[in-house]
Amino acid sequence: MAETSRGPYVGKSMKRVEDPRLIQGLATYVDDLRLPGMLHAAFVRSPYAHARVTRINADAARSAPGVVAVFVGADVNQSCGVVPCAADMPNLKNPQHRVLADGRVYFVGHAVAVAVARDPYAARDAALLVDVDYEPLPVVTDPERAIASGSLLTHPDLGTNVAFEWSLSTGDEAELERLFRSADRIVRQRMLHQRLTPTAIEPRGCVASYHRGEQSLTLWTSTQIPHLVRTLLPGMIGVPENKIRIVAPEVGGGFGSKLNLYIEEALCSHLAMRLGAPVKWIETRRENMASTIHGRDQIGEYEVAVKNDGTLLAIKSRTIADIGAYPQLLTPAVPTLTGLMLTGCYKFKAMKMDVIGVYTNKMSTDAYRGAGRPEATYLIERMVDIVANELKMDPVQVRRLNSPKPSEFPFATACGLTYDSGNYEGALTKALRIARWNDLLDRRARARQEGKLFGVGVSTYVEICALGPSKAMSAGGWEWGCVRVEFSGKATVITGSTPHGQGQETSFAQIAADRLGMPIEDVVVLHGDTNVAHYGRDTYGSRATVLGGTAIVMCIDKILAKTRTLAAHMLDVKPDDLTFEGGRFSAKGKSVGWGDLAPAAYVAKNIPPRFEPGLEASSFFEPENFTFPFGTHIAAVEIDRETGEARIVKYVAVDDCGPQINPLLVEGQVQGGIAHSIGQVLFERTVYDEQGQLVTGELMDYALPRAHDIPPYEMGSTVTPSPSNPMGIKGVGEAGTIGATPTIANAVMDALYPLGVRHLDLPLTPEKIWRAIQSGADDRGGDRIPEADRSAPRYTAADVGDGALQVGNV
Amino acid sequence: MTTTPVSIEVNGELQTHEVEARLLLVHFLRDYCDLTGTHVGCETSICGACTVQIGGKAVKSCTLFAVQADGESVVTVEGLARDGQLHAIQQAFWECHGLQCGFCTPGMMMTAVQLLADIAKPTREQIAHGLKGNLCRCTGYTHIIDAVERAAGAQ
Repeated sequence: MAETSRGPYVGKSMKRVEDPRLIQGLATYVDDLRLPGMLHAAFVRSPYAHARVTRINADAARSAPGVVAVFVGADVNQSCGVVPCAADMPNLKNPQHRVLADGRVYFVGHAVAVAVARDPYAARDAALLVDVDYEPLPVVTDPERAIASGSLLTHPDLGTNVAFEWSLSTGDEAELERLFRSADRIVRQRMLHQRLTPTAIEPRGCVASYHRGEQSLTLWTSTQIPHLVRTLLPGMIGVPENKIRIVAPEVGGGFGSKLNLYIEEALCSHLAMRLGAPVKWIETRRENMASTIHGRDQIGEYEVAVKNDGTLLAIKSRTIADIGAYPQLLTPAVPTLTGLMLTGCYKFKAMKMDVIGVYTNKMSTDAYRGAGRPEATYLIERMVDIVANELKMDPVQVRRLNSPKPSEFPFATACGLTYDSGNYEGALTKALRIARWNDLLDRRARARQEGKLFGVGVSTYVEICALGPSKAMSAGGWEWGCVRVEFSGKATVITGSTPHGQGQETSFAQIAADRLGMPIEDVVVLHGDTNVAHYGRDTYGSRATVLGGTAIVMCIDKILAKTRTLAAHMLDVKPDDLTFEGGRFSAKGKSVGWGDLAPAAYVAKNIPPRFEPGLEASSFFEPENFTFPFGTHIAAVEIDRETGEARIVKYVAVDDCGPQINPLLVEGQVQGGIAHSIGQVLFERTVYDEQGQLVTGELMDYALPRAHDIPPYEMGSTVTPSPSNPMGIKGVGEAGTIGATPTIANAVMDALYPLGVRHLDLPLTPEKIWRAIQSGADDRGGDRIPEADRSAPRYTAADVGDGALQVGNV
Repeated sequence: MTTTPVSIEVNGELQTHEVEARLLLVHFLRDYCDLTGTHVGCETSICGACTVQIGGKAVKSCTLFAVQADGESVVTVEGLARDGQLHAIQQAFWECHGLQCGFCTPGMMMTAVQLLADIAKPTREQIAHGLKGNLCRCTGYTHIIDAVERAAGAQ
């Protein structure tokens, strides 16, 4: 059961303790590190998507000024292990991703050689002087053609382009087929989830330093997962785990792209050992676009069996995931998350999803903000709109009709998950109310009368967060924390969740200060250095606050239980007589606080019998279940008929992530996530041409949202605690990206509905919309909405009175 | 390697170093002046993480040679606070949660300072357009616009 706040900090919007160093230019990102004798690495990368490397001549590079060494695959591949894939996919065919290409390159950006020099300019000069002869080979870029018989092969040695096949279904498939046979209607749609480039503004980078005396290695790396890197790096470089220290210093954004162990981290570590000097590598943006993981890239055929009254019966999907040339750390797990969330927040009776992971001559795809869930939410929320269109029903009513009521939680889904808690109706009603829904529909009607293209879109989403219970994760899903009340009576909180911009130095201090009854100024949160935060499972999947925060609560509860005996001893009362408030144990008019208790615990002269000195506790929190945050987003868009440009004129977000530790930070997470969706829906697409050449190889060619692309937001929340952890919290790092993509897409499609356009794949660029306005057709030139249906009223006025809503922060 | 002496007043202090003619201003600041608050995000003037001020104008230091700034006066993020007092823009970014990972923040603030010098009380739309040369992937910009608006009010 969720607990109410114990102090003044949790639940309060507070400015962040990490900010003073960041706003004064005093933070230390990996590129800011300078070690004595440090060398600089620069990579030579393939300009071809598939080629045989027939000759490499590095003589000129090796003799260039300042150059220490140049290495090619033959020099290092025997000494370094292959890139690990930790996803649980038993039938994965893995083509052994070595640190440098072994005679053949498989994607543009594939590392062929590395030059090491005394300064970074000399290293880049040397890389340019490495002369590589390539013999171009046929290229596989289309994942659908790649699985047809007789296709060219990405990795000829594998004999197939199919990396893995995976299926998920609700128990009895006969029931699924029966539901499809008995349905009044089967609604089908093919959808494409375009490839995206995560684009953290800080590119990747690392500094490796080997300590010969201790035979130990320190690797500073811009990563979300220092602990997983420490666990996996030994397999690549041969140094044992307990001789490796990983430090994630200030990390300039990740969004999943730094949730990996990359060749550069292993190779710099190897070279630091081999050359006896620290080695630094800082990724260029061009390298980042080509050689850091991409996201999404699924093609799905979706079929929904429905009744004429709008009841959703069953859903089937066949999905092709383009995973690029190699699996990275979690590549195969991304489409499986799509499968687990395929039924969204609806009461389907049965589902089936078949996934084929396909190798192509491109960079790997892997987890990018949302990692499989934005795909699931986009497809199901688009499908619900398309179903409503075909049934001539109100899309909002179809959602209401098929959602579980609050009393139906915990709710078992057709995908086999148990949703912890929810009030989908509450979030929907609140969002409609904030949007002034009926006025919005009037505005749409007026706009249409004036000949404008104006549309509204709604999405009710649910996501899977707090990844996750260890039984469902390939490498442990717990989180670790440690709390120490120091001699001074101040507290040091250490977390195994490594934030990279989310603000847990603040939110964890809020949690700890409240629970310890200390001023927040007396709490310091440490993270990111495996010599300090010894264990952890790091930050991804909206897990840090739920799992890392709960681990800290567990530590503090252990300390409080222990301190109670000490306080009773010092005050000469029984432990049960004591009350604890404001950081003081009190009984019978006497009290003692941290300033007295902590020195007593460390001096250890006047302590109870069998009292272990010190005030420190560590904990591993193992969740019983995931958490399932949810919400409703509403958008209105206006499309310029002349240019095809869609402009978001209204945006409402109501999100329920359970009780909020710091509402200001929650708002920041949601707004940041929505911006990623605005990018995905309106501009962003990673493009490879037919030769596998990366067209979007620079930020000049890849359209990220800018400040003027962002609409004003009206934001609210509902609060439905999770039963899965003591604070009832659910996680919010990816909510915006999951909720907003279908919302904006639905709004654009609503605007185009009167023209007969049924569906367009993302991104909905001005050109694509303009062409649809001209033709009334979808992307593939067919599937127009029948003329007679186009004037059917979609959306009806809704009762959004003061119905029973939980308290939010609107 | 031929080098040439370059003298730039950085945050009020004269910095003279022998540098290669091809040395970028951002590397002069980071590697010769040890001012690592100015960041490199794209090397092509798109992201704006490297924004500094030269003679009061916001410029992208990743596509300017140090020799081009010879004799100029440069202000970096480290020069914003005075006598231990945060600049109004820093204070506003802090209060409005105008940053998350913080990597784009120095450049974003340097652009905002010039924006507020040009337009004392900008509208939100003017702020958004004024920041179009700076990318942020974390915040979604709304809190950044809030911060610039607040800093304008504080001036």
